[in-house]
Amino acid sequence: MAEIQSPLPGTFYHQASPGEPPFKAKGDAVAVGDTIGLIEVMKTFIEIKAEAAGTFADYKIEDAAPVSAGQVLAELDG
Amino acid sequence: MALKIVKPGLATSIQDLGRPGYFHLGIPQGGAMDRLAMRAANMLVGNPEEAAGLEAVFMGPEIAFTADASVAVTGAEMPVTVDGEPRETWTSFTVRKGQVLGFGFLQKGARIYIAVSGGIDTPPDLGSRSTYPIGALGGIEGRPIEAGDTLPVGSAPLVEEGRSAPAQLRRMPGNPAELRALPGLYWHRITEAAQQGFFDDTWTVAAEADRMGYRFKGGRVLEFVEREQPFGAGADPSNIVDGCYSYGSIQVPGGTEPIVLHRDAVSGGGYFTLGAVISADMDLIGQLQPNTEVKFRRVDMAEALAARAERRQMIEKLRQELA
Repeated sequence: MAEIQSPLPGTFYHQASPGEPPFKAKGDAVAVGDTIGLIEVMKTFIEIKAEAAGTFADYKIEDAAPVSAGQVLAELDG
Repeated sequence: MALKIVKPGLATSIQDLGRPGYFHLGIPQGGAMDRLAMRAANMLVGNPEEAAGLEAVFMGPEIAFTADASVAVTGAEMPVTVDGEPRETWTSFTVRKGQVLGFGFLQKGARIYIAVSGGIDTPPDLGSRSTYPIGALGGIEGRPIEAGDTLPVGSAPLVEEGRSAPAQLRRMPGNPAELRALPGLYWHRITEAAQQGFFDDTWTVAAEADRMGYRFKGGRVLEFVEREQPFGAGADPSNIVDGCYSYGSIQVPGGTEPIVLHRDAVSGGGYFTLGAVISADMDLIGQLQPNTEVKFRRVDMAEALAARAERRQMIEKLRQELA
């Protein structure tokens, strides 16, 4: 089980823009460098990228919810 | 001696104490958002207080050193490492040639200040090295640092390791944070109920919070005293005939979300400002993360000036401790 942590505080989004499907769904393959979500802070959107490969397990933070630095955003299996 | 930027972090910029004196021409004073932390970092490594360092927000950079230097990191609480080994914040330490300064996840506050003995020696613009990206002044070509940048550093002797700023001379906002504010020129434009509501409500730092200004949300919408808008003012009751803004002034476009203007703010415009956050508390704003709860507390001029004097004494004590 690998965890993807937020590098900074802000608001976490599961998709690139409202109405679009989430970047990843349960069971999706995740490669190193894949974007799994966005953090909005200071009028900027920062892409959150996987630093390990695996299978997407689930988001651990609701879409559009506030997060703090170091909080686990999503988990990968394997 | 130079700093090689391996990873820039998020909008990390070269800052000193700013370039006062040009606000009437529309050029903001700029400089560190948390000036006490910037001064302390410089004092810890034996620099003049007005030397330039780095301001990093929410995320630390990764920096390789081309020569030995003394370093101090102040402001927000964030784990500091040299080649992966932990170091203390608010305390001087040595980074050797070839070593890499790195950071962990932000724990408390918002901005760290990194001072290096000798100070960052980029060319000053209008008397300051502070980066003002909108005006392309200061820093490296007027922009935040990027991966691959080489930042020149002045030469200075190393200081001993372990020089530390006493805990009572470090400042961090509480939770909820309290910001003291002084009602201003346009205070009469909102109703008594709105005046009371502004200070009673709990506000939350919005995502739109940067070096220009901090926006707050979650309080009640302000109710304006009815009037016929004067010639030259916009139609919205929050509009005025263009006026000057001060550092710390609180504008409330549309009466909905207050914005406190900070170091890189515009110098004037057409929104009424209900007052200003006192100068002694502006450093605290620089340490607010998004979604932090904030209460504004009303003070009068006597209390604002007393707070300013108290803050000056704090800086003086730091000077004595670290002389």
